[in-house]
Amino acid sequence: MKLITRFMGTAVFATAALFTALPSAPVHAEGGTLVIVGSQVPRHLNGAVQSGIATAVPSTQIFASPLRYDADWTPQPYLAESWEMAEDGLSLTLNLVQNATFHDGEPVTSADVAFSIMTIKENHPFQSMFAPVEGVDTPDEHTAVIRLSQPHPALLLALSPALAPILPKHIFDDGQDVKAHSANAMPIGSGPFKVTEFTPGEAIILQKNPDFFLEGRPKLDEIIIRIIQDPSAMVIAMENGEADMYPFLAGSQDVRRLERVDSLTITNEGYAGIGPINWLAFNTASPKLSDVRVRQAIAYAIDRDFITNALHRGVSTQQRGPIIESSPFFDETVEPFNVDLDKARALMAEAGVTDGLELTVDYIPGPAEQQRTVAEYLRSQLEQIGINVSVRAAPDFPTWAGRVGGHDFELSMDNVFNWGDPVIGVHRTYLTDNIRQGVIWSNTQSYSNARVDEILAAAAVELDEAKRKELYSEFQQIVVGEVPVYFINATPYHTAYDSRMVNPPLGIWGPMHPMDMIEMPRGD
Amino acid sequence: MSASFLFRRLVYGLILMLGVVVLNFLLIRLAPGDPAMVIAGEMGGGDQALLDAIRTQYGLDRPLLTQLGIYLGNVLRGDLGQSYFFNQPVATLIGNRIGPTILLVLSAQVLSILLGVFLGVIAARKPNGALSGFVSVVATVGYAVPVFWTGIMLIILFASVFPIFPVEGMQSVRLRGAGFWVKAVDIAHHLVLPAFTLALIYLAQYARLSRASMLEVLGSDYIRTARAKGASERAVLFKHALRNASLPILTVAGLQFGNLISGALLVETVFNWPGMGRLAFESILRRDYPTILGVLFFASAMVVVANLLTDLSYRLADPRLRGKT
Repeated sequence: MKLITRFMGTAVFATAALFTALPSAPVHAEGGTLVIVGSQVPRHLNGAVQSGIATAVPSTQIFASPLRYDADWTPQPYLAESWEMAEDGLSLTLNLVQNATFHDGEPVTSADVAFSIMTIKENHPFQSMFAPVEGVDTPDEHTAVIRLSQPHPALLLALSPALAPILPKHIFDDGQDVKAHSANAMPIGSGPFKVTEFTPGEAIILQKNPDFFLEGRPKLDEIIIRIIQDPSAMVIAMENGEADMYPFLAGSQDVRRLERVDSLTITNEGYAGIGPINWLAFNTASPKLSDVRVRQAIAYAIDRDFITNALHRGVSTQQRGPIIESSPFFDETVEPFNVDLDKARALMAEAGVTDGLELTVDYIPGPAEQQRTVAEYLRSQLEQIGINVSVRAAPDFPTWAGRVGGHDFELSMDNVFNWGDPVIGVHRTYLTDNIRQGVIWSNTQSYSNARVDEILAAAAVELDEAKRKELYSEFQQIVVGEVPVYFINATPYHTAYDSRMVNPPLGIWGPMHPMDMIEMPRGD
Repeated sequence: MSASFLFRRLVYGLILMLGVVVLNFLLIRLAPGDPAMVIAGEMGGGDQALLDAIRTQYGLDRPLLTQLGIYLGNVLRGDLGQSYFFNQPVATLIGNRIGPTILLVLSAQVLSILLGVFLGVIAARKPNGALSGFVSVVATVGYAVPVFWTGIMLIILFASVFPIFPVEGMQSVRLRGAGFWVKAVDIAHHLVLPAFTLALIYLAQYARLSRASMLEVLGSDYIRTARAKGASERAVLFKHALRNASLPILTVAGLQFGNLISGALLVETVFNWPGMGRLAFESILRRDYPTILGVLFFASAMVVVANLLTDLSYRLADPRLRGKT
């Protein structure tokens, strides 16, 4: 026994001695270090050929873009110090700053802008962003003229940092496929930070670009993005001060828990641009769901209040239509389906469904609260109107994507982003010519309405914002009424950050925006 | 120990690994899911042309046996291919991850053997005593509890309720610029919880095994003789008894190495430890075939080497085996 006591005593003493030797206070470099935690793993850091938040957060620090946006959806100068849209809407002239250089010292010129826009047009999955671009003229080194085949109201927003990183032509125009380019892992840009380390699946280290063309910026010396798969571990890292910022935080328990930490601020600002919507998609090509009355009956049976207040513990907000409610194009007059089981049963009877209905609901793998929990709720809720729902789990994303992309589903919970302008992120779900087999986040609902196609075609070329709003208003009324998708809630993305942070990223693109004005207190 | 023994073992090991590569290749392709869909999905959607381009780029449009032939040819040339997901050489990705896995697995192995054998020896001294009962209970519980549950409980206790240890990772990002020793201590600090979690299940096995083995040896004539000669209790236990009781422990240690590597997959995932296990787990979800195959290749190589070392150490510990082939 003595032996054990001696052994244990030695072990405890050694452990204590060892770890008291560790510096207890974090060492902050001059200017400050910002540690961001996130769970999504970027394939690489080149946002010109890869969408998604995992790439966009680092990419917007590494690359500058022609424009940037403030919190009021107003474009601001960035690489373009001024810009002018032609009266006929068929060209946009960008006047570039003259002092911008890439991280290797080469100047940023109109040739880089032209190369980047055409590269994005050819390689980025959001084909609608630059589809009307015919070419980019470069009358001089600091002027780029984007020529369009038709007016393109989404063009300015598509020139945001998250969507239009300006690549160095001298590096990427070497004959390699840009999507698999060897420079994508450690790219050179002209943004406020340079990437100095990228360990796939682990961490990205970004150091201040001392030659950044905006004077006095960036304020930070360093940004470290740590990839942690487990949300609970990220929460503890925030509580313990191991991390300074946790963007795209969506779990209600985690939000509530971090709200109780005095040193942190939690906000849901900063996600208007991305416009994430959690919805229930219907396969309208399925004979069981082709009758609009059946879809409407299901919509009347679902209690959106219960989902947002009980299942999501009040952290999410309800979403009534296809355009995120924080967008200037959202129509306030859209009438949502309020739960009414009698009306739902009557609609089922009217549709001739008297012997009940068997349906399967899939859900995108990910945070259970937004997807699986709601799918399971549907099972009990729809039983009340005679629909027997089976919940079909997918072990992983590829399996779910294969089913939904292959139109092998009846109902599916999904999380889809608006991406700023409806042309970029909304049209794709409803256009008849975007019903494509095998392509996830296309019109997998097989929804087709000639008037909707007409409206979206008109809105895609309408430069008058008031007229565009009218068109989108009619679109929203039709789509909400015909229920190819039942809109549930805005995905409750939150950002948790150290309250001492100066200028936290709360614009429309949130953390997918240059963090050149953020300051972290030193020596904390 | 003859050279022919070593040679034969190496050849067996290589044949085994070749079999493992073929079997893994075929098994992985049987799983549902399309890597092109994952890549297109990660890119935000895309169209049929993009899916086709991805399939062509990675050779996924060719017949399965052709793909297997190409893969085997590449492996024999030392090329494990490119990761579909990261578009980087698999060897580079594994190179970044193999160090942390070896550190974790070896730490857990050493910890479990030392602590397990120590507890087993102590328990064997008085087989019917309270301490022996306690060790048996701890061993049974340690063996029965799932490793991920232990990890989560340790995180809650020692990283959240009492924040003594870091919750995840291998290094503090804020100490990146620190000197060698500070970094080494920092890594040791991060290693405690995952190594202990991984060690616990095997510690229990070693404790039970060494207790049983020691009980058998302690009843032998030569132990009685040693005691009669006036040898101290410590010398009897550790010099005479333990050496003879260590053969089954050594055998199990070698066999356990493969289990430790598979256990590391769970532990690395729970603790966000940047090793091969986590890479394998994430690659499976992404259907990143070359990376999964690369990780399995390295894991089988490690098991083959561990078994070879066990055979060698067995022969060192037991002189009777040295002449045998």
